[in-house]
This record gives sequence, structure tokens and C-alpha cells, in this order.
Amino acid sequence: MKPIDLFEETYGAVIVNKVRSGLTMLGIVIGIASVIAMVAIGQGAQGSIQSSIQSIGSNLIIIMPGASRSIGSTVSAGRGSAETLTPDDAAAIAALPNVAAVAQEVSGRYQVLSNGQNTNTTILGTTSAYPAVRNVQVDQGNFITDADVAVSNRVAVIGPTVLQDLFGSTTATATPAMALDATIRIKGVDFKVVGVTLSKGGSGFNNQDDMIYVPLSAAQHYLLGTSAYLTEVDVEASSEGAMAGVQAAITNLLLSRHNISDPTQADFNVLNQADIVAAASSVTNTFTMLLASIAGISLLVGGIGIMNMMLTTVTERTREIGLRKAIGAKKKDITLQFLSEAVMLTFTGGAAGIVLGWLAAFLVTYFSGTATSVSLGSVILAFGVSAAIGIIFGYYPARRAAGLSPIEALRYE
Amino acid sequence: MMRTIIECRNIRKTYRTGNEDTVVLKGISFLINEGEFVAIMGPSGSGKSTLMHILGALDTPTGGEYFLDGRNIATFTDDELADIRREKIGFVFQAFNLLPRATVLRNVSLPLVYAGVEKEKREKIAEAALDDSAFPKAFWRHHSNQLSGGMMQRVAIARALVNDPALILADEPTGNLDSKTGEMVLHTFQSLNASRGKTVVLITHEPYVAEHAGRIIHILDGTIVSDKKNDARRIARKTDDEAHETH
Ligand SMILES: Nc1ncnc2c1ncn2[C@@H]1O[C@H](COP(=O)(O)OP(=O)(O)O)[C@@H](O)[C@H]1O
Ligand SMILES: [Mg+2]
Repeated sequence: MKPIDLFEETYGAVIVNKVRSGLTMLGIVIGIASVIAMVAIGQGAQGSIQSSIQSIGSNLIIIMPGASRSIGSTVSAGRGSAETLTPDDAAAIAALPNVAAVAQEVSGRYQVLSNGQNTNTTILGTTSAYPAVRNVQVDQGNFITDADVAVSNRVAVIGPTVLQDLFGSTTATATPAMALDATIRIKGVDFKVVGVTLSKGGSGFNNQDDMIYVPLSAAQHYLLGTSAYLTEVDVEASSEGAMAGVQAAITNLLLSRHNISDPTQADFNVLNQADIVAAASSVTNTFTMLLASIAGISLLVGGIGIMNMMLTTVTERTREIGLRKAIGAKKKDITLQFLSEAVMLTFTGGAAGIVLGWLAAFLVTYFSGTATSVSLGSVILAFGVSAAIGIIFGYYPARRAAGLSPIEALRYE
Repeated sequence: MMRTIIECRNIRKTYRTGNEDTVVLKGISFLINEGEFVAIMGPSGSGKSTLMHILGALDTPTGGEYFLDGRNIATFTDDELADIRREKIGFVFQAFNLLPRATVLRNVSLPLVYAGVEKEKREKIAEAALDDSAFPKAFWRHHSNQLSGGMMQRVAIARALVNDPALILADEPTGNLDSKTGEMVLHTFQSLNASRGKTVVLITHEPYVAEHAGRIIHILDGTIVSDKKNDARRIARKTDDEAHETH
């Protein structure tokens, strides 16, 4: 039997029972569509988290105080909770080779008043290196200068979210010009707005749009009331290749400055972007796997539907099978005929499912704004899986058909 | 001397239903030479279809030996038997057994599909076979379930002819037809036998139909009661407006 004839037979048989074929296919369509959509949502989430981590800065190494803990818990709880990092530490780090820039940070959340409106946001005391190290750009005005830090000037640079919260209203969008030179009151102390940063998008993690930057020294004097400790030191390495060396050098330097001989007892954490990306990826990977396996179950149900229909078909066409055998069809011919019927159903269903899944992912992005990403890999995988389901679930019915004796089949009423 | 095409040596067939054995064929022996037209006649339930299935290599006997073209059928695998059926035998069944949703041409050329013949060549051979079985050209592209019984049987005969088999096995081919169309079918078999040299084995319970053969094997309860040359052979007429005649 030639492949073209096999295809013709198969097509004819599938098309004869349009409704039944269609309904059976629907199981596969839904299964494949949900796999495609779920994986797209998972990968989209992963992509957007990764890109928001990349936007924090390039070649960035972050040093935080706190006992050595797992990355996840340090990010949320360790911040500022321990008092081990000092401006002197930061200065010593800046002197290390391959360190391009060092920004010091202290932070806290305070109520901010201006223009008769108020908000509660993060106040970040930092130094002039911050925009370069953390990838922040000033839209209008200028960032905090070394001179501001030196003399504790009460100046502030605000993020676009803060700008809108303090100077805008529900009906009007605030422009940077409205804020420049205005006075805002943080924890009862007046600061003059000297700059507004450009929006970075992004949310969660540390949202750099919803922040007020003030000189490090001003934050320490007027807001925190302490000048000894930092909540974070950001270091930019001179190149990506130098990251590992710089990270090791910082660890050694701080261990010796803090008089700690056992590295496991370190009172600080040195993280690089790759660590953060890896931690976030493992979370989103788990999330993607979970979604994909839920979708996989619906695919399995679709496969069982295929098997059920094929078994019915074989029973209904017992006489036809007997006749085909009588006129010279071999076991292989009959097996192939029914197997290719199953594969045609799942493959067509798979193709429709890919289109539907793609559409679903598109609609999710369109209406909710959540990033989704349909990768070529998942499309190829979906095709492969749908063909495999046809073969796996079609095999038993096909073998059953091929195993019928021609006599029994011809006698069958 | 003619070549022997069918040789049955003491063929037995037993069916097991539940705990009981039913002996359907109780030792059948005969030879059929190439070019013969033989009728196997017997009442319903006498084992004719069972015998035909064995002759057609669709089934194997539980006792005795069956040689088709000098080859012992018991020594072949299922797939080899499929090849033998395709090359040597054309089947015509009482119930026609056409694929209902396929066209006439597709039905007739189906054996050639399994022989791996290409579509164009296949349809040429099928068209010739349809001509041989006197099937009108106007219906070639009709679906087989749109045809009358007589037309369906002619499609089935054409299908039995496409592989140019040496042996045609027909199980009650006129059983579902009225006498006129039955006559047509019998005429087709007679002319295939006379002018094309095909060996025809015709199974029937009707003496009248059997009388169209050159030899009649009479079976009763799974045994042969007589095996005689038919001296009063009926000749079926091609035209369906004239009565048959004997000579
Ligand atoms: N597969 C089978 N299982 C059990 N009994 C069968 C089977 N096939 C045929 N028989 C029995 O064998 C006998 C002969 O059947 P069959 O060869 O069809 O007779 P005929 O064609 O002469 O009418 C019948 O009694 C029938 O019930
Ligand atoms: Mg019968």
C-alpha cells in the first residue's frame, strides 16, 4: 500500500464522520491549546521577571547586611535588619581593582507631604554613583551630586510614581515641571525637588519608579538619626568577566574588615544578578511546570477520547476489515490504516490547538497586560506530543483491528 | 491433462462453542482442475460457506490437508495467505461486501491498492473489469450505496476480477438478487469461465443455480453425497428480457 493511498483512505474515513471526528479532536485541541497557553504565560512571566532583574543594572553586585541565609529570605527579610555595613566598608570596596563604581544606600518608608497631598513611599539615601550603578536615568533636573552628599543638602529626586501621587490627580497627569523646585515634606523635614527620574516600568521587587532619592548624609541626619550603617552597597564591576573576581574580593575584604574567620558566619551577603535571576527563574520554572502539567492532564483525557473513538470505529467497521483482509490486506496495512486515522485526528487537533493556544496567549496579553511568549520550542513540542498521542492511543485499537480473523470479521453482523 | 488448482484431502472443520464441539466438515475430498466451473450445492447449514472459506485461504481446516495450486495452505503465515488471496483468488459474497461510502471505481480497485499498483493504472484495470462484468459506465463514479442489488453484485464481480485471479469463489452470489439479475450474474460467470478460462467455484443452495455449472458437488451435513458432471447444463442468457434455456 502506497503512502498516498493510505492518506486517501485515512482522510476518507475521518471525513465520513465529521461530527464524531470533530468532537474527538476537540479533546486534543483543548489539551494542546492549554499546554501552549500555559507555557506561554509561564515563559512570559519568566521573561518579564528576568528583564526587570536585568534592568536593575549591569554587572551589578549587591552587598546586604545580615546573617548568611538563603537568597530568597535575605532579599525580603535581611534588608536593613542587621547593622554591619558601614560607609568605610563601601570606601574600601571602591578601592578594589575592577570596581567601576560604588553606590551606598540607606532606606526607610516614610509619609511624604506636598502640595496638600500625601503618600507613603521608600526614601532612599544614596550617593551620586547610584544612577550609573542601578541604571536609573534622570528625566528632568539632575541627580544628587557629591556636593549634596558632602554638605547634607536637603534635596530630593523623585520617581514618576511619586510625582503622580504628589502632584497629579485622578484626572490630570503630573509633569516633571510641576515638581521641580517644589518643596516636599518627609518625616517633617522639608526637601527641595531637584530632579525627576525616567520611568523604568516594572513593579514588585524594588520598584524604582515609586521612590524618593535624597543625599545619603541627609537621610542619615534628618530621617534615620544614625550615620553608622548602610542598608545596601551596590557595586558595578568593570566587566562581566570580572564579576566573579570582584565578588570574591569583596567577600574576602569584608570578612577581614569584620574580623570573621569562618566564611559561613559572615554577617553580610554578596549577591550578583546571576544569583537573583537564577532564584527567580527557579520559582517561575516551577510555576510553568505546574501549569504545563495541569494542561498535560487535559491532553491525556483527550488521548483517551481518541482511543475510545478508535475502538468504536474498529467495532463498527469489523466487516470492512474482514473484506479488506479477504482481498489481500496484510496485518501491517490494517494497523497502519487505523493508526494513521488516530494520528490524523490528533495531528489536526494539535494544529488547531496551537492556533487556539496562541490566540489565548495573545488575548491574555491584550486584556491583562501580562507578558506571554509562545516559543518555537513549545509549538514543535505540541506537534510532537499530539502525534505521539495518536500513536500511543491509536496503537491498541489498530492492533485489535489487524488481529481480527477475516472469517470472524466477515461473519460479524 | 489439465492442471489441478484445488485439492482437498479429507478436510475436517470443528468449531468449539463453549464446551461443545460442532463438527461442520466431516472429511471432504475432491480435486478441481484449472478451467472447471463447479457448483457446491447443499441446504443451508450444510457447511458450504465454511468450505468456501477454506478453499479461499480465509480459514484453515482443523483436520486433513488443503492444497491450492499445489501448495499446502497450512504452511503459510497470515500475511503470506493474504498475498495468495490477492494474487490467486477473486471473492464474490452473497452480501456483496462493498465499502458503502466509496465510489464504484474505488471499490473495484481496492485489491490493487493493496497490490501497490499506482492510481492511474489501477483505474484503467478497474474500468476494464467493470466492462467485463457488464457494469454501466454512467455509474462508475457513484457511491456504491446508491446502487441496486444487481449493480452492487456486478461491482463485486468486477472487484473479484481486477487481480486477474485464476480462481473465482462465489458464495451464494445470486442469493440476494431477483431472478433476472441473478441470470445476468450467472451469465457473467459462464462467460468468464468459457472465454477467459477462469476456474469458477459457485456455492448455492438452489439446484437451479447449480445447474449452470459443469460439475455439481452435493454436500449434506458436512459430507459429500455426490460429485457428478452436469450433463444438462443450463446456459444463462445475457439479455434479461429472454428466458433461460437448457441444452
Ligand atoms: N464461527 C463459527 N462458530 C460456530 N459455529 C459455526 C461457525 N461458523 C459456522 N458455524 C456453524 O457451521 C454450520 C455450517 O455453517 P455454514 O458453513 O455457514 O453453512 P452454509 O453456508 O452451508 O449455510 C452451521 O451450523 C453454523 O452454525
Ligand atoms: Mg453460507
